[in-house]
Amino acid sequence: MALIIDKELCTGCGSCVDECPFEAMELKDGLARPNDQCTLCGACVDACPEKAITLEEVQRASDERAASHRGVWVFAEQRGGRMPEVVGELLGQGRRLADDLGASLSAVLLGHQVEGLAAELMALGADAVYLADHPGLALFDDDAYCRVLAAAIQQYKPEVFLAGATSLGRSLIPRVATAVSTGLTADCTGLAIDLERRLLLQTRPAFGGNIMATIICPQARPQMATVRPRVMKKGPHEPGRQGELIRLEPPAGLTPATQVLEVVESLEEKINLTGADVIVCGGRGLGKPEGFDLVRQLAEALGGVVGATRGAVDSGWIGHAHQVGQTGRTVAPKLYVALGVSGAVQHLVGMQSSDHIVAVNTDPNAPIFKVATYGIVGDLYEVVPAMLGRLKELRG
Amino acid sequence: MKIIVCVKQVPDTANVKLDPETHTLKREGVASIINPFDLFALEAGLRLREQAGGELQVLSMGPPQAAEVIKQAIEFGADGGLLLADRAFAGADTWATTAALAAGVKALGGADVVICGKQAVDGDTAQVGPGLAMRLGIPQVAFVKGFREVDGQSLVVERQMDDGFDVVKLPLPGLITVVREVGEPRPPSLKGKMRAKKYQVPVKGAADMGLDAAQVGLAGSYTQVVEVFAPQASGEREMLGGAPAEAGAAVIDRLVQAKVIMVGS
Repeated sequence: MALIIDKELCTGCGSCVDECPFEAMELKDGLARPNDQCTLCGACVDACPEKAITLEEVQRASDERAASHRGVWVFAEQRGGRMPEVVGELLGQGRRLADDLGASLSAVLLGHQVEGLAAELMALGADAVYLADHPGLALFDDDAYCRVLAAAIQQYKPEVFLAGATSLGRSLIPRVATAVSTGLTADCTGLAIDLERRLLLQTRPAFGGNIMATIICPQARPQMATVRPRVMKKGPHEPGRQGELIRLEPPAGLTPATQVLEVVESLEEKINLTGADVIVCGGRGLGKPEGFDLVRQLAEALGGVVGATRGAVDSGWIGHAHQVGQTGRTVAPKLYVALGVSGAVQHLVGMQSSDHIVAVNTDPNAPIFKVATYGIVGDLYEVVPAMLGRLKELRG
Repeated sequence: MKIIVCVKQVPDTANVKLDPETHTLKREGVASIINPFDLFALEAGLRLREQAGGELQVLSMGPPQAAEVIKQAIEFGADGGLLLADRAFAGADTWATTAALAAGVKALGGADVVICGKQAVDGDTAQVGPGLAMRLGIPQVAFVKGFREVDGQSLVVERQMDDGFDVVKLPLPGLITVVREVGEPRPPSLKGKMRAKKYQVPVKGAADMGLDAAQVGLAGSYTQVVEVFAPQASGEREMLGGAPAEAGAAVIDRLVQAKVIMVGS
């Protein structure tokens, strides 16, 4: 299989060379030609103004699963009986997808003594809750959770399976997708249905967030995706909404392969950047470690948490758990305030899907302003006290 | 202890700048590097070898020039490696990638511990480690940030979670993926550099490992990219001018107006 370049149509304009994210396209004798770096991503196909480039259709083995699987499932992640917000977001989005497909929406809940959560899942939109309640599932183990989920998928055959792109979800779900032999798309920020082909269109940032890619899983089922927290909108919460409770029978003698010896709720990690509504982030523009005192003050006044750039973390000004960006956490809060943050690509990738972004920086050319809802060119040590003052004034 | 560390050659995104006009990547002269997270995996492997003894092999799938990352791993102290290079591997999604890597692990004679970086910075999926563990039929712990105990039968590791961390005992053979906190990579050694210079990286293709071309690469992938587009700079942008004090107050007023922040009733 390969990229096909029509020598008659190619004008050697080089659009594909510029557009290729992998430096895999070259001009040779006035014609475009892919080299060994090519990953067949298809970016050049869209870039070519002459439509000279095509990806050769790949003949895949036919898979009868596309016809036999129905319904949308959401993985109801829980730890210690608490479900992260993303479960509600998945049910909100799952409801919309299920309605488009004319299918039902179900949640699948694993744990021990967690039946009480089923009512909440129904209130959030689940028509049915599949429940596996077993002592072997009390603490998270990839293998045991995977075996139960894979068996349930094989028995009940959903066509779409969504999970949160949380630490737990991104550990467990790739194992499950492999166990049931299907495709999986990571960390999606957009989901839609192509009704004609009953396909889930899964959109995610790729190549460090510099391009967006829409991915399909044409034949295997379920079509599985992990979904970035805080991107999808929750549906209505209807207490008392009824649904069906279906008990899953875990395999006999289910024991976890790994043993969780201790669960540490770390204050340091519990900053829970991914779940925060408001993040105030400090960068190297703070100029000194004490600058984070001001960051903290503003975070407190806004009811938010403190984030940091890699530069600030590497300077030893603050712990790594605060780091936002590609090597830290990916966040999308309602409000992101960037103080003294220049906006390196790796940082922007981790925060650019925030609802509102405020940037304060002395450099008017700082890339952070390209993504900022409100930008202020100025000294943060003057601007932030003014912000705090105005907040105090308004709050009386 | 037999340790296999999986590494990937990626474009060096860290030295890439955004074009301020088009908001796209300036890609000229982007070098290929070893995936930064894989350096932590390699460091974790070297520490395990120091504690438990044994040997450390590196495994990579990529074009022929990805032999460079294996040589680089040898500079850091790896004992040897294997490159899976074949046109048939091109265009692989994570499902097809793990098919090749699992065959690669077997071709290396298996392992007590397989270590992967938490994700590659070009794809950012974090799916290959757990998928590979399933393919190999071994247990896994993802996002490991530290080791507590190491012996021949098991590892006790700290697993990073969103709300803290878990202390987990992983029986061997097993697979871990590691995050940055596991330890900063050591510098390459002189001895390693000498070895790397002379080292001939073994290369295997799909057929060498008994894999059918239909199981790997684009043909063996379940997922398919149907569209690639530039991210849209969404929403309105406003630069607030004036004196810093005025701009600071103005931005709060805008946020209150937009109901992003609440002040009183």
